[in-house]
Amino acid sequence: MMSDVATRFVVGRSIVSAFAIIGDLLKPKSFAGLFGAAPSVALATLLLTTYSKAAAFTAAKAHTMVGGVIALFIYANCISYVLMRFNMPALAASALFTLLWLGVAIGWLLA
Amino acid sequence: MRVSIDVSSVRRTTVFEYAIRFLLGGIITAVTGLIANRFGAAAGGLFLALPAIFPASVTLVEKHEIEKKHSTGLRGTIRGREAAALDAAGAAIGSIGLFGFAIFVGRFAGSYSPRTVVLSATLIWFATAGPIWRLHKSRMLKRFKARLAINDPRYRDTD
Repeated sequence: MMSDVATRFVVGRSIVSAFAIIGDLLKPKSFAGLFGAAPSVALATLLLTTYSKAAAFTAAKAHTMVGGVIALFIYANCISYVLMRFNMPALAASALFTLLWLGVAIGWLLA
Repeated sequence: MRVSIDVSSVRRTTVFEYAIRFLLGGIITAVTGLIANRFGAAAGGLFLALPAIFPASVTLVEKHEIEKKHSTGLRGTIRGREAAALDAAGAAIGSIGLFGFAIFVGRFAGSYSPRTVVLSATLIWFATAGPIWRLHKSRMLKRFKARLAINDPRYRDTD
């Protein structure tokens, strides 16, 4: 159990950081932003899942991932709009809208 | 608009800022695994699209733009927020690619080698998001040029 968590931590941090660094390196900013929605956590988690669980488990995870993706689309658009229109600090906007992400994603799961 | 590599932004990022994203990435992946084990694949799947390091990344973009403007003697707050907004707009386009990723894995992971499917889906993500970004950018440029044309005296009605 603990070794599984440790493996996830190591693999996850490596893949997420790799995508973040690629995003840092690229210009213009809107293109670099694509990497803010890179499948970094998904890639790490699903690859590890393929070693320990059946293929159906991976497919089931990807099916519900759609809800999280829709929430992410709304989240990113809201942040972009609020930063442009209301001059709100980026950290405050992104932290505030994380609650919106959670609401939409959980709503999708329960619907 | 051309995509290029800008090494200066990597140099501006401090070790602490990298460490934060490094840690967050690991924690979120570990927690997603724990949620899937405890509550099942459905709940775990949702968190695969959690904006894990997005708040840290977008804050860095804002901070770096402000620092750039500071070095030229300007405050740069508005420019910083505009850059962060552009980054967020890019993430919204990236999430369309992520939708393609999820659909592809959901459809094919049960039929083919899941590892190959997951890796191929990463290419699908980029092959979807990249062209949409390009299309979006060209539409934005057209609108911008049209707005310029309205303000340009050469295009004004002289009646």
